[in-house]
Amino acid sequence: MLSQFLQFLFSGVTVGATYALAALGFTLIYNASNVINFAQGEFIMLGGMLAVFFTQAGLPLPVALLLAMLIPAAVGVLIEKLAIEPVKGAEPVTLIIITIGASLVIRGLTAVIFGKGTHSLPAFSGDTPIEILGATLLPQSLWVLGITALVVVLLWYYFNRTLQGKAMLATSFNRLAAELVGINTSWVLFMSFAMSAALGALGGILITPITLTSYDVGIMLGLKGFVAAVLGGLGNGLGAVVGGLLVGILEAMGAGYISSAYKDAIPFVLILFILFFMPRGLFGGQSTDRV
Amino acid sequence: MSMLEVKDLSIHFGGVKAVQNVSFAIDPGIVYSVIGPNGAGKTTLFNLITGVYKPSAGEIRLDGEAIHGRSPNELARRGVARTFQNLQICMNMSARENVMVGAHLRLDRNLLKAALHLPGLRKRDAELRDEAAELMRFVGLEQYVEARADAMSYGLLKRLEIARALAMKPRLIFLDEPAAGLNPKETIEVDQLVRKIADAGVTVVLVEHDMKMVMNLSDRILVLNYGKKLAEGTGEEIRRNPDVIAAYLGAHA
Amino acid sequence: MPKNVYRGLYLVIAILLVLPHVLPNSYYLDLAVRMAINAVIVLGLNLLIGFAGQISLGHAGFLGIGAYASAVLPTHFGWHPLAAMGAGALAAGLLAALVARPIFKLKGNYLAMATLGLGIIISIALRNEAQWTGGPDGMPVPSMGLFGFELSNDRQWYWVVALLLSVSVWASLNLIDSPFGRALRALHGSEVASQVVGVDIVRYKVAIFVLSAVFASLMGSITAHYVGFVSPNYADFFHSIELVTMVVIGGMASVYGSLVGAVLLTALPQALATFEGWETVVFGAILMLCMIFLPKGLVPTLAAKFGKGE
Repeated sequence: MLSQFLQFLFSGVTVGATYALAALGFTLIYNASNVINFAQGEFIMLGGMLAVFFTQAGLPLPVALLLAMLIPAAVGVLIEKLAIEPVKGAEPVTLIIITIGASLVIRGLTAVIFGKGTHSLPAFSGDTPIEILGATLLPQSLWVLGITALVVVLLWYYFNRTLQGKAMLATSFNRLAAELVGINTSWVLFMSFAMSAALGALGGILITPITLTSYDVGIMLGLKGFVAAVLGGLGNGLGAVVGGLLVGILEAMGAGYISSAYKDAIPFVLILFILFFMPRGLFGGQSTDRV
Repeated sequence: MSMLEVKDLSIHFGGVKAVQNVSFAIDPGIVYSVIGPNGAGKTTLFNLITGVYKPSAGEIRLDGEAIHGRSPNELARRGVARTFQNLQICMNMSARENVMVGAHLRLDRNLLKAALHLPGLRKRDAELRDEAAELMRFVGLEQYVEARADAMSYGLLKRLEIARALAMKPRLIFLDEPAAGLNPKETIEVDQLVRKIADAGVTVVLVEHDMKMVMNLSDRILVLNYGKKLAEGTGEEIRRNPDVIAAYLGAHA
Repeated sequence: MPKNVYRGLYLVIAILLVLPHVLPNSYYLDLAVRMAINAVIVLGLNLLIGFAGQISLGHAGFLGIGAYASAVLPTHFGWHPLAAMGAGALAAGLLAALVARPIFKLKGNYLAMATLGLGIIISIALRNEAQWTGGPDGMPVPSMGLFGFELSNDRQWYWVVALLLSVSVWASLNLIDSPFGRALRALHGSEVASQVVGVDIVRYKVAIFVLSAVFASLMGSITAHYVGFVSPNYADFFHSIELVTMVVIGGMASVYGSLVGAVLLTALPQALATFEGWETVVFGAILMLCMIFLPKGLVPTLAAKFGKGE
């Protein structure tokens, strides 16, 4: 009983951490630009695929992983410069279609360059499972959780303790006011796309040794990241992390105890249910329209 | 009997008490103005009475019937119309259509009949088009009957909102700063327009910063300050009220 | 509206009448049928997205309900195809009505999330209930009989969908320029202003959502019978996005834009087939370029350029 529960919990928090990183990516871009970036999932895919490619090419692991984060970050910046900045102030649907267009381009190019096969990445520190109360935990899970926790702490420090981070936060509250006090909001946009792509890619790299990867894994991962971000209340960083873990855990529990066939449906059932009762997610504030 | 009765009305947003224990009554057929410095709670009061906000405490009665907490469209059914301080014009529609929307409740809104283009509905719509043009003439927009709303200036749109509100055939109309941002000539035109509306038998509640206009038009005036009622009375009484003088001089000093 | 409201409709009918006589072969006739089917769906979706301003990222789910009703009910339960089609539309309408009230309390991105979720749940259910739906492989659909004679060849189908399309364009034009349509457009323009003149905005959002869901379900059934086969891809997220893209590329709040969008985006994948392996890349790039350079969509942009309203 307990061991089974723990087993589901371990696998839940592990994927949940990936969702959390994706949700943080959604949050960063949403705060900087009000755009929901539907290409977020492709950064996760790209991170995993590039990590596979670079390690197979014989690069040392740290170098391979660094490149697998930097290239998606560059792609993110490219999208922002070429496709988001030129249409500032467009209708949300227009922006959604642009980011979906971008996701198709990334996915299509990946398929052309790396093929449509499934790839795996060796675990960072072996595959010997650790036993805890009858359940097993993969060492890679510890990497996922540890690095995610580290990233959350670093982000918290960045946004609360550094001038740059505070400038980004200020822009998300009031863009015009931020511009008036001299914050370069174009730079904020640049940073948020770079950071959110890198975060997504990191999630993809970390999880690939456990779940494998291929050119088309990005859609579902991205959509679940979106669920996590909305669950936590769009724009709320801590909410995104909690939302990610919650989605991961409930998905694993649902798959384990209810139906594994409906595993992918669980996050969406969850979010519909939550939104019915809490229209702005778990931690979204109240808003009053001024008229 | 008073048409509108407000008793101990309050609303707070978080810790901010935007309106506190405000009471007053409006008799039918008069022009009643609400004045006060910026942030005094005038627009919030309008939003409370027209159902856009729900009060935290207090009562609002229309013809003796409690209406607080009702939705805006229920109030519309009871003949309450309003305009907005910061324009709420549908920019995706023509000027005339904006006015026609005002007649919403007087029309057959059936989806199927509309899709099938039934003659009765069509005839009524044609009449409404003429009626909307007539209302636009009434507010001085006769040249803009065929215009797109998004091609009109601020001052014109202010009047378009009044035409839309009048299309509801209201008994009670709330005008939120109809002269804000207008030049002196336009202000005089709006002043005359409000008089015309009142003469047509509609009870007018007015929020306005232009004191000349307020004094000229109002039968009674309510003064708000920091969300509280500071004074109420005729123009002459208000002009001489020491609290009002202090508040205004204080606010403008 | 001015008297020439129907001018575009006459043009559409004229094109529909001439088209089968000038199309070189059955490949193009087939393409024309698919375009017309998509055009009807997009008309309904544009009422929701373009006119009422409410996004739906899960509309393919309703399409799937109609398509699978027409596949499953006649195959497993021996229903008459028309009854199955009606049942599908009813189911889609009921589901839409059931979820619409809570969903339309939501705005913007929260609404996008909820509709997206709904669509995905439907598509996952269709994929998983393999004993009924054939699972990921899909299932064949029996042919459709209408009043004793069977719809078998593409030409017959063409006339059926051409008629449906003409009627839909006519009905949409009427609806937009009616008290109902004005209320829809008004709540898009300003929710608070519409409420204050007495528009029950949630009711209108629900009504148009249900209507567009029923449209989608009916056309899903038609497609299923026409193609003779259904697969879960038909209901999936990407198809929802394709439909929304048709609305936006053609032009939001534009009846004729819906037709243009449906025609172009139905033809595009066929045209891209020559790019072996690069289809997705080119398709994505075209979406982005269209939105960057024509954010208002083709028909409104062109209409503005040539100085006349639609």
